[in-house]
Amino acid sequence: MSGAFTKSTARNIFYGGSVFFLLMLIALTFDTMGTLPERDHRENITEQVAMGKKVWEDNNCIGCHTLMGEGAYFAPELANVYDRFGKSKEAIMGFIMSRPAEGVPGRRSMPQFNLSQEELEAVAEFLKWVSEIDDENWPPNIQG
Amino acid sequence: MKYQSQSVAKLYFIAAIALFVAQILFGLIMGLQYVIGDFLFPHIPFNVARMVHTNALIVWLLMGFMGAAYYLVPEEAETELHSPKLAVALFWIFLAAAGATVAAYLLVNYATLAHITGNELLPTMGREFLEQPTITKIGIVVVVLGFLFNIGMTILKGRKTSINLVLMLGLVGLAVFFLFAFYNPDNLVLDKYYWWFVVHLWVEGVWELILGAILAFVLIKVTGVDREVIEKWLYLIIAMALISGILGTGHHFYWIGTPAYWQTIGSIFSALEPIPFFMMTLFAFNMVNQRRREHPNKAATLWALGTSVMAFLGAGVWGFLHTLAPVNYFTHGTQITAAHGHMAFYGAYVMIVITMISYAMPLIRGRAAANSMKSQVVEMWSFWLMTVSMIFITLFLTGAGILQVWLQRYSDAPQAFMVVQEKIALFYWMREFAGLVFLIGLVIYIVSFFIEGEEATVS
Ligand code: HEC
Ligand code: HEM
Ligand code: HEM
Ligand SMILES: [Fe+2]
Repeated sequence: MSGAFTKSTARNIFYGGSVFFLLMLIALTFDTMGTLPERDHRENITEQVAMGKKVWEDNNCIGCHTLMGEGAYFAPELANVYDRFGKSKEAIMGFIMSRPAEGVPGRRSMPQFNLSQEELEAVAEFLKWVSEIDDENWPPNIQG
Repeated sequence: MKYQSQSVAKLYFIAAIALFVAQILFGLIMGLQYVIGDFLFPHIPFNVARMVHTNALIVWLLMGFMGAAYYLVPEEAETELHSPKLAVALFWIFLAAAGATVAAYLLVNYATLAHITGNELLPTMGREFLEQPTITKIGIVVVVLGFLFNIGMTILKGRKTSINLVLMLGLVGLAVFFLFAFYNPDNLVLDKYYWWFVVHLWVEGVWELILGAILAFVLIKVTGVDREVIEKWLYLIIAMALISGILGTGHHFYWIGTPAYWQTIGSIFSALEPIPFFMMTLFAFNMVNQRRREHPNKAATLWALGTSVMAFLGAGVWGFLHTLAPVNYFTHGTQITAAHGHMAFYGAYVMIVITMISYAMPLIRGRAAANSMKSQVVEMWSFWLMTVSMIFITLFLTGAGILQVWLQRYSDAPQAFMVVQEKIALFYWMREFAGLVFLIGLVIYIVSFFIEGEEATVS
């Protein structure tokens, strides 16, 4: 840290490097946006799927579960629950519906959300849509 | 303290510490729920405790940054703060908004809260770390803008040091990237992609500028090393932080539906991210070794050295551990992530805020340079208790994570999530125990503020 290497050299590296890599991120973001439609099968985002995402958010499911590996680590991964439950939306709905309001004694418990039939179907349809996103074969196996 | 207006920092620091206590209490509740599943259920479900834990963390770190800026900026600019009144008013607005939000989490059902705060109009809720009602988010933006205006005006009218400019740049970046919190499309893949523009570009981007600036400021003060040298280090560190960290965002784009080339880009650039953290360690130790004065505030120096080491361990080492795509394929979203998240947040951001508090509070409270030696000894005890227990929390979670990956993801006969969680419960018990020690450390930290005695001087 001596000689010709001055503070202003360091500052120039900082500004030059940051601006360059910020532009790179923007460029790659454009490219990603261009390729996403093939991977996220957005044509299948129906009103029901969109509503399902709302139900998911309004009940803070992410506060206990991971979805595609992001979220909380207290309860099972749900991006592949549709597959784990034998590709059955009914099974998912049945599980959510059947949670006891007072919890399961001694066991990590999921709240009873009292969702309407419409909300239940929407959130199940949302989880089905998520399970079909091309996510490079993650998770490694059915257990999530 | 050179300028009267620097004292507004005190309010921010006190509130930060109070929220820190709340954060830890809810951490302990969750830690217990990990092993006694129905603890406090259904009154405080896990997700609610988690929101309180993480949101309290973020808010108190923001308060800490603001307090740090209100102290640091006038001193660097060699002028009074533009408007101390505005700083005080914004403080109370921020505290009221944070308090109301936490109370609402605890008292109102989340779906009801979403409904009554009009989440339908601009849905932003229900995403990790961004659980706050949209109106709270707008409040945060208003407070931050007012804050930026205040310190921006102070910088404009005063001396323009590199430390002030870097801090300002970091804080402006913080505000700009937070705006992505308002973008929440129906398409989950897009939602996740831009969510990381808040989360990653904060902690592995602009917050590192804030961290570097505060560290540089405190090091100048406690070591007396020439400003030119310190500021050169600062620029090099933040240059490496952004050169590696911006494209390092790619380490979150491996498995969320984004193209496969992110596995290469993310792995390469995020593997470089430990470099700036390692430079920070070298920086802090070098400056202290080359010190030109003996500062009587030993505790502040300890925190400054500590943050440089713990940030490197938590962010650098534990980050590197799971950042390469082939590894992350198995560790993604496991207790390994939690282990890293804890040590990184603690080492980098909790400790830098405490470093600043440790340096500034004695001066704000009218001491010439430092607290009494008795008080400092207690504070240093709290340093070791919190830091060592955080190391153990991290180690226990890492142990849990390795077993989880093995049993649930890697072995020939993968087992169900809930089954695996029960098998590794012992690690969660040990984590909870370490968490209790952490709480004791925090209490001792608070006690240290109330220990009087004759001011320490250099021997
Ligand atoms: C307070 C924490 C919590 C919240 C919030 C929560 N869950 Fe759960 N969930 C759990 C737990 C714990 C389990 C595992 C229950 C068991 O195995 O006994 C679970 C299991 C499930 C399962 C079955 C997974 C499997 O593989 O067995 C589904 C589906 C599910 N949750 C959906 C949801 C949805 C949808 C929401 C939001 C509306 C939600 N959960 C919110 C805790 C939670
Ligand atoms: C008393 C000690 C603590 C305990 C028992 C504790 C416990 C927990 C638990 C159980 C979670 C939820 C993990 C999950 O999602 O399943 C969590 C999350 C989190 N905690 Fe703590 N915590 C403690 C201290 C801290 C401290 C000091 C910090 C800050 C430095 C912190 C920062 C976080 C963060 C950032 C998350 C989110 C992690 C992630 O998503 O990966 N915690 N904590
Ligand atoms: C101080 C800086 C840092 C902080 C505060 C921090 C914090 C966090 C947190 C809280 C998460 C969990 C996010 C979630 O809930 O999904 C996370 C994830 C991650 N971090 Fe960091 N981090 C830091 C630096 C780093 C560095 C330098 C690296 C790489 C070298 C890194 C690599 C990762 C990776 C790969 C993940 C994703 C984990 C997963 O796949 O589940 N982090 N970080
Ligand atoms: Fe990251």
